[in-house]
Amino acid sequence: MKFKTFLTGAAVALGLASMAAAQDKTTVGFVYVGPVGDGGWTYEHDQGRLAVEEAFGDAVETVYVENVAEGPDSERVMTQMALNGADLIFTTSFGYMDPTINVAQKFPNVKFEHATGYKRADNVSTYSARFYEGRAVQGHIAGKMTESNIIGYIGSYPIPEVIRGINSAFIHARKVNPDVQFKIVWAYTWFDPAKEADAAKVLIEQGADVILQHTDSTAPQAAAKEAGGVITFGQASDMSEYAPLPRVSSIIDNWAPYYIARTKAVMDGTWESVDTWDGIGPGMVEIGEISNAVPEDIKAEALEMTAAIGAGEYHPFTGPIKKQDGSDWLADGEVADDGTLAGMNFYVEGLEGDIPQ
Amino acid sequence: MDLSAINPVLLVASLMVAATPLLLAAIGELVVERAGVLNLGVEGMMIVGAISGFAIAVESGSPLLGFVAAALGGALLSLLFALLTQVALANQVASGLALTLFGLGLSSLMGQSYVGIRPPSSARLDIAGISDLPVIGPILFGHDIILYFGLALVAGVWALLKFSRVGLVLRAVGENHDAAHALGYKVTRIRVLAILFGGACAGLGGAYISLIRVPQWTEGMTAGVGWIALALVVFASWKPWRALLGAYLFGGVTVVQLNLQAAGVAIPVEYLAMSPYLITILVLVILSADKSNAPASLGRSFHASS
Repeated sequence: MKFKTFLTGAAVALGLASMAAAQDKTTVGFVYVGPVGDGGWTYEHDQGRLAVEEAFGDAVETVYVENVAEGPDSERVMTQMALNGADLIFTTSFGYMDPTINVAQKFPNVKFEHATGYKRADNVSTYSARFYEGRAVQGHIAGKMTESNIIGYIGSYPIPEVIRGINSAFIHARKVNPDVQFKIVWAYTWFDPAKEADAAKVLIEQGADVILQHTDSTAPQAAAKEAGGVITFGQASDMSEYAPLPRVSSIIDNWAPYYIARTKAVMDGTWESVDTWDGIGPGMVEIGEISNAVPEDIKAEALEMTAAIGAGEYHPFTGPIKKQDGSDWLADGEVADDGTLAGMNFYVEGLEGDIPQ
Repeated sequence: MDLSAINPVLLVASLMVAATPLLLAAIGELVVERAGVLNLGVEGMMIVGAISGFAIAVESGSPLLGFVAAALGGALLSLLFALLTQVALANQVASGLALTLFGLGLSSLMGQSYVGIRPPSSARLDIAGISDLPVIGPILFGHDIILYFGLALVAGVWALLKFSRVGLVLRAVGENHDAAHALGYKVTRIRVLAILFGGACAGLGGAYISLIRVPQWTEGMTAGVGWIALALVVFASWKPWRALLGAYLFGGVTVVQLNLQAAGVAIPVEYLAMSPYLITILVLVILSADKSNAPASLGRSFHASS
């Protein structure tokens, strides 16, 4: 694997080298963790890239490298992009955090944007979407729809972003269904269709009739469809090819407006290091159409919740909420602060099992 | 923790499915390496097989036809490798890696219009009365035909290598191509045929992922199975039955660890996640204590003039 990714990187680097010529254009680079055709996470980032090209036409040039392994490989790809004259580089996976900071130190004139991380520098911005807002809506639908009261959850890596999603979905599933139980499987990968499908099958074999995923491909949807009698939610992208069943709704990441705004800022020279964390309200997180497999009343409740979150009237982490060990976290009516959410490393009360450390 | 949630029958049945792509790719590569050729392009041939099979299965509506196409697709791609290494005498390692890169790119190009489509489902074996038996029914008699084909292939390859004249010649070519040449065997022809066989097997393995195990087409969906197959051949000391054991161990532990996680067993997930690799390597290394060596001519180019 390692050697292969290295060669991929090297081959692409050669390709990039030939594009370095045109310098009056603004060059925007994208580093992707999966293939652009994954139908999920990377697909949506690439849609953002295409939106940038469309918005600025000949004034920008975009380059991207897909299937970049998190860790040292990514550092090499970023360095190569910067050397080849990229003005702005979006690194679109959590595991690119330290590599992004390292490369940014070497290229103070290149702007970097790291998705879903928490480390910034003068030329490194961070941006993320409040996926947990969408997870709250999913949890609500899942809690109402489940008949076995077992909800399967495919996690990627035990990082705050994923744990937040599990907690948010669980709180809202429990709220409408006190008997609901979560079974969580960690896949330790963002993208591996065969493994994701295996994980979904295992959860279904163990009685889950709702599958929530926090991995990037549509494989769990296919596995659920094959099994029948199971509902799923699209992750990162609408995955509407699996509607109306098993996919009953989805969380869609809409990066395009952000990518366009940041590219514009670089062109105008107004770019500054910022931390952006937008949710349903500003439109960075969208709830995909709720299919007709969901009864009307549940659908109406879900839409109402979506609207309330979007308007800022309801926060998915509103007390009283206890931590898994029974200690108090949020008092009645208290709302979680962004700092705690950003570094969330604990389960809420009622979830079983330990978070891998 | 709730171990009763794990259904051992379903577990064994699904580990056989998880192991089959690996097994098919490994048994093909085993024959190739026994003939003295190191083809690192397994991953590339698998993914091309995955999309060829998927596309044909969708277009024709017949999964079986899809598998035939997958074998052809894999073999066709391996023909490129055969041309490079056997005719042009290019370096096998470099050509193999290039084949993987090429295969990954080619497959995503071929797969452009097949994202999000559901393939026709494959028929499962259904023998009246027997497939419905408790326990052994789902484990032994409830699978798709390709799974059985994989098992038969292992037995076939084993018998061929061990008992037949063809197997003897193939091994001779792999052990010492100069001697085999001196005896009048067509070294290059035999190697090309072995490479084609390896390509067809890898293609089948890829299609098994896209048509049965997942089933859908996604770019890069083999996600490294080809590399594991390559490692498996080495750890299996180039012996078919050990490759089978290794593939089932690897597939088995992968499925078991997911099951244990879902059942909430209190073993740290990191250990569970690494266990398939660890256990497979461990068992096969212990087994290979009999000092089986690699085919002596493995990876070396042959030309009649040298």
